[in-house]
Amino acid sequence: MSIDWQPFLLTLQLALATTLILFVIGIPLAAFLAFTRFRFKAIPEAIIGLPLVLPPSVLGFYLLLLLSPASVFGHWLDTWFNVRLLFTFWGLVAGSVIYSLPFMVQPVQAGLQSLPLSLRHASYTLGKSRWQTFIHVLLPNIKPSLITGIVLSFAHTIGEFGLVLMIGGNLPGKTQTASIAIYDEVESLNYATAHVYAAILLLFSFAILLLVYSIRKKLQGSITGL
Amino acid sequence: MIRINITKQLRLAHENTQLSIGTTIPSNTITAIYGPSGAGKTTLLKILAGLVQPEQGAVEVNGRIWLDTARRVCLPPQQRSIGFVFQEYALFPHMTVQQNLQFAAGKNGDKSYIDKLLHLVKMEAFIHAKPSQLSGGQQQRIALIRALVRKPQLLLLDEPLSALDDAMRHELRTELYHIQQQLQITTLLVSHDISEVYTLASNLIHLEHGKVVFQGEPQQLFGAASLSSTLQLTGEVLQVIPDGAIYTVEVLTGKNIIRVTAGEHDIAKLQTGDKVCLFVKAYTIALKKMNG
Repeated sequence: MSIDWQPFLLTLQLALATTLILFVIGIPLAAFLAFTRFRFKAIPEAIIGLPLVLPPSVLGFYLLLLLSPASVFGHWLDTWFNVRLLFTFWGLVAGSVIYSLPFMVQPVQAGLQSLPLSLRHASYTLGKSRWQTFIHVLLPNIKPSLITGIVLSFAHTIGEFGLVLMIGGNLPGKTQTASIAIYDEVESLNYATAHVYAAILLLFSFAILLLVYSIRKKLQGSITGL
Repeated sequence: MIRINITKQLRLAHENTQLSIGTTIPSNTITAIYGPSGAGKTTLLKILAGLVQPEQGAVEVNGRIWLDTARRVCLPPQQRSIGFVFQEYALFPHMTVQQNLQFAAGKNGDKSYIDKLLHLVKMEAFIHAKPSQLSGGQQQRIALIRALVRKPQLLLLDEPLSALDDAMRHELRTELYHIQQQLQITTLLVSHDISEVYTLASNLIHLEHGKVVFQGEPQQLFGAASLSSTLQLTGEVLQVIPDGAIYTVEVLTGKNIIRVTAGEHDIAKLQTGDKVCLFVKAYTIALKKMNG
């Protein structure tokens, strides 16, 4: 039996792209939420946290409507940028970024909030700007939170199903991720292939988590110096 | 010379008070800000550092205006020439001692001055250690010289010795005194420890409920009665024990419990936790060195 690796490759690409984008937009968002005195901060927090409780199909349904060329936004994307996201790889990336946003933002925000205020204040009194303080003092001290955010986003994207099906469909080589491929094989009563796919995904996910938890312990050790 | 004239609302757990201070602080000496917790000592220090903004007021340091709410001037902490030492050290945990000092000094920092300061607190051997590998006293020494690296005009110390044990506190107190004497830097020391204030400061601001209740030499506040032949101790009532027609009152002064016999009249309004003053007329007070 020959295994078609295409769905796994696609899943990895999707998870990598999503995690990279989340890293870039998630950290500033987390910093904003951690330090802002904005009175209605609960509102952005609730919006970012929505994917945690919302069924992926609900999110997928709204994204489907939003990205469709028939909608105002979809039409605008199409006419101004010649971009159609529905049933494409980059459409999946956009959906995944929204779907996994809380998994990056929440650990980083919690990490930043757990740092003592005196650390920031000490840096300010030493003449360092907010930006210098953030880069040189705060971020290096929340390495475990950053790693947690990266890994959770990555793993969560790999495990995506409902959202991918809604906005990506099931196009082999374009939008068919590993989790969809399993579903597809089971639907065609192709249990042997489904078994192999499922086992690979299981082992892969376990290996990632194992790696992270071992690294995290070491990192924490290096920060506390023990 | 530092001129301070500020008002700020203090929101505390049990009461709201207004911090309202107008005073001047002499240059090149140690001024202690003394008072009970909640008096506004740390807030005053943070206002001087620019970490907290008062509702109203002005701060002028050596002729330069750092804060003037009327003219909408408020320099951020980065632009004030200060060194701030925190109670809990606030060393950057991911950096070694050397990296902490170099980060503070900046790219164009004076390397030889860092070495001089390290020598001053005898910490040269620890430059490659992380803060967590140091004792509390060693961490505070590094925090102190880190605050001095940029040669600030004003050194602000927020209860710098209170997290240390007794022996370490004495040692560091002496060092702090010598460093200040050597560098002649204008220093503000927040403390609620009388011995610390008495030995370190030449000027004292006594705060209570956000107001200055005394300013002058520490000796004037604490030492007024001690030169007479009355020996006076202040303490806290632990227990009032009835003993027939009279009472025994247990009073804690420092680390000693003193039992005092008292009559019905003396204990009438006395409760556990009350602050009391014990005094005796003593014509020959003897002094004896303690072992260790």
